[in-house]
Amino acid sequence: MSLTMFSLKKSIWVYHLSAGSCNNCDIEILDCLTPRFDLERFGIMLVGSIRHADVILATGIVTRKCLLRVKRVYEQMPAPKLVVAIGACACTGGIFRTGYNMAGPFDRVIPVNAYIPGCPPKPEAMIDGVVKLIQSLNGKLPAKKVR
Amino acid sequence: MSEVLLALLYFLIFPGFLFTAVIGLFAAWVDRKVTARLQWRVGPPWYQNFIDFLKLMGKETIIPSGARKITFLSAPLVGLVGITLVSLMLWQMNLYPATTFLGDLIVILYLSILPSLAIMIGGAASGNPLASLGASREIKLLLAYELPFIVAIFTPVVIIKDIRIGSIVSYQINHGMMFTHHISSLIALVVAFICMQAKLTLAPFDIPEAEQEIMAGPLIEYSGPSLAMFKLIKAMMLFTVPVFLITVFAGGMRFGGIQALYSVIKYKGYDAFYSSCIFDYCFCRRNEV
Ligand code: SF4
Repeated sequence: MSLTMFSLKKSIWVYHLSAGSCNNCDIEILDCLTPRFDLERFGIMLVGSIRHADVILATGIVTRKCLLRVKRVYEQMPAPKLVVAIGACACTGGIFRTGYNMAGPFDRVIPVNAYIPGCPPKPEAMIDGVVKLIQSLNGKLPAKKVR
Repeated sequence: MSEVLLALLYFLIFPGFLFTAVIGLFAAWVDRKVTARLQWRVGPPWYQNFIDFLKLMGKETIIPSGARKITFLSAPLVGLVGITLVSLMLWQMNLYPATTFLGDLIVILYLSILPSLAIMIGGAASGNPLASLGASREIKLLLAYELPFIVAIFTPVVIIKDIRIGSIVSYQINHGMMFTHHISSLIALVVAFICMQAKLTLAPFDIPEAEQEIMAGPLIEYSGPSLAMFKLIKAMMLFTVPVFLITVFAGGMRFGGIQALYSVIKYKGYDAFYSSCIFDYCFCRRNEV
């Protein structure tokens, strides 16, 4: 296991990307970062700038307005990058999948590494998803440059 | 030849880069842990800051298309060299007060501005509007705290009528701690404490990185190793600036027997002061919500 891999597993800085969600998933992500669940003990930290992030927490169907921005944000992220789709909308489109404004779901736009279903998923489910993602990495990182 | 090697050893390992970096990252962890305990959390493990640093070193460096490439990449190096030199000189004066030279206090004051300068230059060179906003706030902050800081630091100089750190240290070895023997020094220490808080851009003075409004401030465009360097600079300052104040006002740091323990207690005392500030900060925040 390389050193980068080892340290990435213990220090995950997440960036919260909301692309047309109903806001419930976002609130649930914020709940997840409160002292009650204390994600800092696993080294998980919310950062404000995409340049500092390792993982994108993506919520919402990707609306047409958001499409370009989502792609740009993904490209601005420094390399080993991971994406976690949170909520039914981000995974499949959920109740909005037949909407006129739907350009997603996320895995049609950018590579997604983990899916956490639920409407919205509970914070426990999100922690479980991130832990499973970390365990599944097992020494191999996603491709350096994905376009 | 061996002198050059010895100087390099001093600069890179003890008491220069490596020593300050390790203790600084550890001090930054104490900060995070105390904050966590005050919020009834468990908090990160002791190696968290080292792991963060390692991870950032392994990440990609992105240079934004609007940035000045050379300035953008060299700014963190300037800051790192500045803070390493400050630490090196301070420890040299503390361990061997005889190696002092005329005006070294002024040299240290100048060098200790370099990290702030690096943050300003880096932020302004990154071509991001939020970063330049952060940089201009850093300039305002610097203008505000630097004058009282210098005035406070010069109080002992006026008392002993000598502008050498070595003399200040040896005076305190002979006459006891500066701030317990002179009222003016005590007042200066209080002023310097508040300025130190600003120098470290901690709680009430964190306008350059106010994360609620301008995200990460000047560091917003930095990624990978250069961000790691800025984090390291912050951590090293967390160790070096209190040591500076201890040297000037509280008798300096010494190794050997009981003195070493005493030095650690002094440093922890200063650390406890931040922690109380953090407590205030958490409290204020809770009231806001
Ligand atoms: S998954 Fe449900 S809660 Fe989450 S954004 Fe979609 S509709 Fe809202």
